[in-house]
Formats: sequence, C-alpha cells, structure tokens
Amino acid sequence: MSETYNFTIDGKEITGRPGQTILQAADEAGVYIPRLCAHKELCAHGSCRVCTVMVNGRPQSACTQPAGAGMVVENETPKLLGMRKQLIDMLFVEGNHFCMFCEKSGNCELQGLAYRFGIMAPQHPYMFQKKDVDASHPDIYIDQNRCIVCARCVRASHDVDGKSAFGFVGRGIHKKIAFNAEHNLSETKLAATDMAAGICPVGAIIKKRVGFAIPVGQRKYDTKPIGSDIEKR
Amino acid sequence: MKENLEKVIKEICGKHGNDRSKMMDIVSGVHSQLGHVPGEAMGLIAAECKAERIDVESVVSFYAFFSKEPKGRVVIRLCNDIVDQMYGVQRVAAAFKEELGIDFGQTTPDGKFSLEWAPCIGMCDQPPAAMIGDKIMTWLSSDSAREIVRTLKECGDPSKLKHTLGDGNNAHELVQSAVSNNLREKGAVVFAPMELGAGLAAALSVSPTDVIKKMISSRLRGRGGAGFPAGMKWEFTRNAAGDEKYILCNADEGEPGTFKDRVILTEAPNVLFEGMTIAGYAIGSKQGLLYLRGEYAYLRAFLENVLAERRKAGLLGKNIMGKGFDYDIRIQMGAGAYVCGEETALISSCEGLRGDPKNRPPFPAQKGYLGKPSCVNNVETYCAAARIMEKGDAWFAALGSQGSSGTKLLSISGDCKRPGVYELPFGVTLKDVLERVGAEECIAVQVGGPSGQLVSKADFGRKICYDDLATGGAIVVFGKGRDILEIAHNYMEFFCEESCGYCTPCRVGNELMKSRLERIMAGHGESSDLRYIEELGLTMKTMSRCGLGQTSANPVVTSLKNFRSEYEKRVIKREDGMQPSFDIHKALETSEGITGRKSVHFV
Ligand SMILES: Cc1cc2nc3c(=O)[nH]c(=O)nc-3n(C[C@H](O)[C@H](O)[C@H](O)COP(=O)(O)O)c2cc1C
Ligand code: SF4
Ligand code: FES
Repeated sequence: MSETYNFTIDGKEITGRPGQTILQAADEAGVYIPRLCAHKELCAHGSCRVCTVMVNGRPQSACTQPAGAGMVVENETPKLLGMRKQLIDMLFVEGNHFCMFCEKSGNCELQGLAYRFGIMAPQHPYMFQKKDVDASHPDIYIDQNRCIVCARCVRASHDVDGKSAFGFVGRGIHKKIAFNAEHNLSETKLAATDMAAGICPVGAIIKKRVGFAIPVGQRKYDTKPIGSDIEKR
Repeated sequence: MKENLEKVIKEICGKHGNDRSKMMDIVSGVHSQLGHVPGEAMGLIAAECKAERIDVESVVSFYAFFSKEPKGRVVIRLCNDIVDQMYGVQRVAAAFKEELGIDFGQTTPDGKFSLEWAPCIGMCDQPPAAMIGDKIMTWLSSDSAREIVRTLKECGDPSKLKHTLGDGNNAHELVQSAVSNNLREKGAVVFAPMELGAGLAAALSVSPTDVIKKMISSRLRGRGGAGFPAGMKWEFTRNAAGDEKYILCNADEGEPGTFKDRVILTEAPNVLFEGMTIAGYAIGSKQGLLYLRGEYAYLRAFLENVLAERRKAGLLGKNIMGKGFDYDIRIQMGAGAYVCGEETALISSCEGLRGDPKNRPPFPAQKGYLGKPSCVNNVETYCAAARIMEKGDAWFAALGSQGSSGTKLLSISGDCKRPGVYELPFGVTLKDVLERVGAEECIAVQVGGPSGQLVSKADFGRKICYDDLATGGAIVVFGKGRDILEIAHNYMEFFCEESCGYCTPCRVGNELMKSRLERIMAGHGESSDLRYIEELGLTMKTMSRCGLGQTSANPVVTSLKNFRSEYEKRVIKREDGMQPSFDIHKALETSEGITGRKSVHFV
C-alpha cells in the first residue's frame, strides 16, 4: 500500500497515498481546503459542504472524495470561494451567534472562517430561530443557538468514546442534536474528559468553570488565520 | 400500564427478530398500537433490539407518519400539493376544520382525530385527496369532508367509509379503494398484456451474463429520474465483490405530480415482480425488497397476495421454474419522507435508520443495503426489463428515440380534461402530449415535477426524452390565470418540509429561497432580489450533498428563467428612495404604540 500517485490542486502537483481523501492529501501537501465538519480524528461526515471542490469539473466534498491519479482539482476559484462564503453565511443566520459574549470567540472555527473569508456581516437575513439550552450536566453545558449540526460530537461520542451520548432528531431546518436520554444531558454518560465534550468547532458545547483561561485577543484565530497551520507545512 | 407497555413492545420487537435493522417496522408497529411512540417506549425498544434510545428517537422524529406526541385514533392527512390547491382543497380544509373543531396540526381533545397537511400523496389525477388512516379518499368536496367526519364520529373506522370503488384492481377484495387508475393510454411495454412467467422463463433460459448483455443492448435507462443505463448498473452490481446481494425496487414515488408507479402496482404488479426476479437472477441475488411509500399502504395486502401467488406458482421462492434459482421478495414500508426516494436514503430507511442519504463513494452497487452490493431501480425500470427478456432487446431498442429507447409512463395532472397515466414512446413532443390530455389555454408546464423545470410555450415543441425534456414522469399543466410565483412557492414549501437537514445548502438554502420569494410575493421585492435568487440557486445546486438540494431551487430558478416578466412586474423601485423590503410602518409600530401617537413624517 505504499504506492503513491499524483494529481493537481489549482495546478499544483500533489502526491497522494492510497486510501486518502482529497482533503487529507491536500493537508499533507500544505494546501488548505476550508472545512468545518471534518476532523482528523473522526470519520468523514460531509455535511457542512464548505470543503466542496471541483473534481474534473464536478463538485465533490473534499473530505469524502477519495483522491485519485490524474485528478484535476479546483480549490481557490472565485466561484467556489463565493459559494463557500454563502455557506458560512447560512450557518450564521441559521443560528444565533453572539460572538462578543461567546466563550469560544477566537477559538471558534466558524468565526475563524468568517474572518478568513472577510465576512463582516451576513448577506442573508437572520432567521432568529428559537433554540434549546441545556445546563443540567454538572460539567458541561450545551447551547444549541450556536450549533452548526456538524455531527462532530455525535461521531466522537459514538465512534471514539463508545457512549452514543448524542444523536440527531427532526429533519430540514428543524434537525438538531438530541441526547441519548429521556429528559436532558445529565442523564447521559457524557463526561468532561470525553472527546465529544471537547470537539465542538463552535461554542455549542462548553465546559463549565474553565472558561476564559486565555483572554480574548490572544486566542488561536485572533493571532493567525484559520488554516495557516496547514499552509505553513 | 407500564407492564402492559413492556409486553406490547416485547411482542412487536420479537415479531421482527429484535433486529434493529427492522426499526421501521418496529416503530410502525408500536405506532399503530399506541397511536404514538412515547419516550418510555423508545427506551424499551432500544433495550429489546440492543440499540440506543437515541437511535429510536431519531427514527421516530424523522418520518412524517411517526410521532412522539399522542395522535388521534384516526389521522386525516389532506394533500396540499399545488394541484389540490387548484382544485379547491382550501374549501375542503375549512370543512374538516369546522367539523372537527380543530386546526391543522392539532388533535381533538377526545383523542379521536388528528388533522394534518400532507405533501403530494400520489393522487394528483383525482384531487383534492386525503389519507384517512390508510384509506385514500379522492375528489373531495366540502360536503364529502363533512360526511367523512360524521361517519367516523359514529364508527371510528376508516374502512367503513362509503365510496364508489375505483376501476380495475382498485375494486379487488384486498384493495377496495376509491382510487381510480385513470390509465388513459396503454403502450407496448408496461401495460401491454404479458403472460405470467413469460419474461422470467426467457431470462432463465440464458445465462445471467447474457441477461445483462441483453439489458445493455436494449439501451434501457432508469425511469426514476436520473436515467442511468440499467444494464450497466446491473453489471456493476453483479461484478461487485460479495456473495450476498440485494435487489431494491424504488416505489417511493414522492415527486409531486407523479403517480404512474401507483398504477403499475395496481394493474401490473406481476410484470414488476418478474422484472425484480430477473434482476435477482442476473445479478446473483437471493432477496429483493420493494420499498413502498407509506401513502400506498392501501395496496400492501394486495401486493403481498400477488407475491404469495407467485410463490405458489413456483415463480418465487426455492428452485424457481425448476431451474435451481432461489429468490424471494419482501415489502418494506416507508413512512412519509420524500427524500427516501433518493437511492442511498432509501437504503438508510430499509436499514432502520433516519432517511439520510449516504456519502458516495461507495455507491450502492459496491456497498448498499446492509453494506452489501445492491441494485436500486425504479418500478417502471424493472417492468421494462421483464418485457425486454420476453420480447427481445432489439424489439425494445426499436421503440422510442435513439438516445431514449422504449416508452415512458407520464403522470399528467392539473388544468387538463383527461388527467391520468399515459404510456407513450420517448420522443413525443410536449405539444402532442398537451393535445392528448386536453390542455387548452395552457401557459406553463412543470416537467419532471418540482425538481424538474417549469417551461413556457416557447418550449412546447421540445421532445420528452433524456436528451431534451427529461422527466421521471410528472407533468403538471397550468392554465390561463395561474400565478407562476404561487406555483413556485408551493413547491418551495414542499422542499423545506422534505429536506433531510443533513447538509447546509439544502437545510438553510431552501428556507432562504422560500422567504425571499415570499418577500417578492408580498410586494416588498427589489430587483436585486432576482440576482440573489440566481446566486443562491447556484450555490444550492453546486454545494448540496444529494439530488434533493441539487434540484430544489429549480421551481424558483427555472420559473425566473422562463417567466422573468412575472417576477419583474412584482419587484418594485420606490419613488421615495426607501428600500422596498423595509416596511417603515411596521418598524415604527412598537414606538408608536408606546408614545400613543402616529408618526408625523411617515404617514
Ligand atoms: C430527492 C430524490 C427523490 C427521488 N425519488 C425517487 C422516487 O420516488 N422513485 C424513483 O424511482 N427514484 C427516485 N429518485 C431517483 C433515485 O435516487 C434513483 O436514481 C432511482 O431510484 C434509480 O432507479 P432507476 O435508475 O431505475 O431510475 C429520487 C432522487 C432524489 C434525489
Ligand atoms: S441535499 Fe443535503 S439536506 Fe438536502 S436532502 Fe440531500 S443530504 Fe439532505
Ligand atoms: S468538511 Fe467536508 S463537508 Fe464539511
């Protein structure tokens, strides 16, 4: 399984290994493809669609599409950048994101992407949907106003923690995370040390009593744009 | 009470082998006994099937026919498709509301009735229509709605409702339905008479690979919408690694305006089952599944009986036709979710999961139902396969047009004199079709349902085929005076309701599209809104994960393209320089209320 192959992203020659997705191969080559639901320690989900690239002229999510020899991949085209911006925008207006009051500000991947894409204010109208907050758990609280339905917590809890504390209910715009319990989060087996408790890209899952350890302004994406760790390689 | 619940759940789960992949059947069984699936039951089901409670809840919350909250003993689901709207469903709705004393989405205090709206239930040729429990009532009026409620108040049993019986097998003792076939034109393929077993005998007399060769040379393409070459799909599935393979038939028929599979299931089920059996032989499968939309539950007993008779005749089961080939078919019921017509969502649903589409690759031919190679085809596609075996690939390839061999079933409804199902050779022009159905003064036609396109007179000369006007079968005719924007809006409401919610562009995009359209319809649109619609539509098409989101902007995008003046006359440029979307009076309402006086500046 050590045979490599070549393909291009925006004209740049990339070497891929068998079994790799376009996103994984790009990461290794130092090419950043924006993403939200993807996480390197979890299986791909393909839901946010921010990683969509053109593969031989057809749109594919880079996090789910296996890379292959001779593929011609487009990533940073004006058309794709514009559409990704629209998706990020959609996630902002779908939820209720108050960055200035959020513990995750500066470490938030959604906010980080908005900075990177130069989004000052969304072009879409806010939906102002009513969302649930659950603070029943002794160590963790969940604010669905900020949830982007990426399923990272669902996957982490099921695949890694072996607890299935989270799942999804409803469909369409009403799809949301739910707990594996009759009433609330405290009835699940979720623990603050679980991968699921620390993997949220936004501020929907927050650990209690540890907030603001690093002051806003000195956090991850306050200092460097999201994706620069990959681009630096 | 609790012990009783435990007993009920144990029994139902046991009946389905405590198998979590049978979650659809289990949940459906519990739902029909209790009228809902309470939280307590979810925990019990999970325990019986070695699943998690959340697995059960996610299924219950996904499908329109399941509910966590108590529902009435009889659920009335009135179809709110655009065609039903055109045929006065609002009057019927008012009668139901008044007679029941509740609004839509509510249950009567005595727990006897729930009233709900339903998306297209496959009866656009006999509107307005409703599901009363499993029973379908058609051509409703406010009088018949009242009559229905009164009868049910007395007996509580939808099967006691009085109605005339439909034609053909709708009158069969196992169907006893009010539904009419409205089968207007029978063509050479699906509805021509076929001797029982003729297609299967021809297939079994040659090798499986020869069957596939014939399928390929017939140039048959999938009839469900996407038009993938059927023979190639069979070949991929046959060649995929693995001993266990599945044949799935897509009878979800959820695209608004489509009802042709309903008529096949009623009048030609043997042709369908024969086609599925042939596919099993060709691909090397022992098991077929018919995924039947929940709305067609009234056909289930009849179809089960057809299967039983085929087993008796040696056409299903062990050693079929004495050729040593074993194969059987079972029916998997859906429960009200359009997206389950998408082939990977259909597989999810068959596996007892939410009807979320799956990531591709792997494709179903490699890894489908239960992770095994699976072939998913439409009802009509399997029927054509049976006839190809019986009458030959050359015979079939000679029908229709070059790129589109064979015939196509069209479900035609709306403003026309003879709505119903037409089996016509591919290549027929839309104009010809409109003449056949008696569509006079037609201004617009929705070809291929909401996910297709709304075309204007300029396109009436075009041909129905894969390379020109492609359609899975739905043709909805709109006559003079119909409001184009209202049509688009009805369809956008449908997609908002039916998006699975998995991916961002579809989950959020459909809502944004609908609300922008509403803004234009309310007279607050600006000309820049038209560009917004085009851009949003392109993002949804490009970035969505499955065919639903990739096509759900079409009602607005294609009507804007083909009826631009209808939009342009609704968007305004205001003299006073205000943004039309900004309603100053509404914005001032609260402060005017507080100060107790009207604004002086903005009168
Ligand atoms: C949202 C959505 C709904 C669909 N609904 C149906 C359906 O009801 N029936 C159907 O045969 N195909 C439907 N399809 C197409 C299927 O995904 C698939 O292409 C088809 O079943 C393959 O069979 P065929 O090749 O015989 O057409 C749908 C696709 C999408 C994206
Ligand atoms: S496009 Fe996305 S949200 Fe819409 S039905 Fe398909 S997977 Fe679900
Ligand atoms: S990162 Fe690929 S779809 Fe979200």
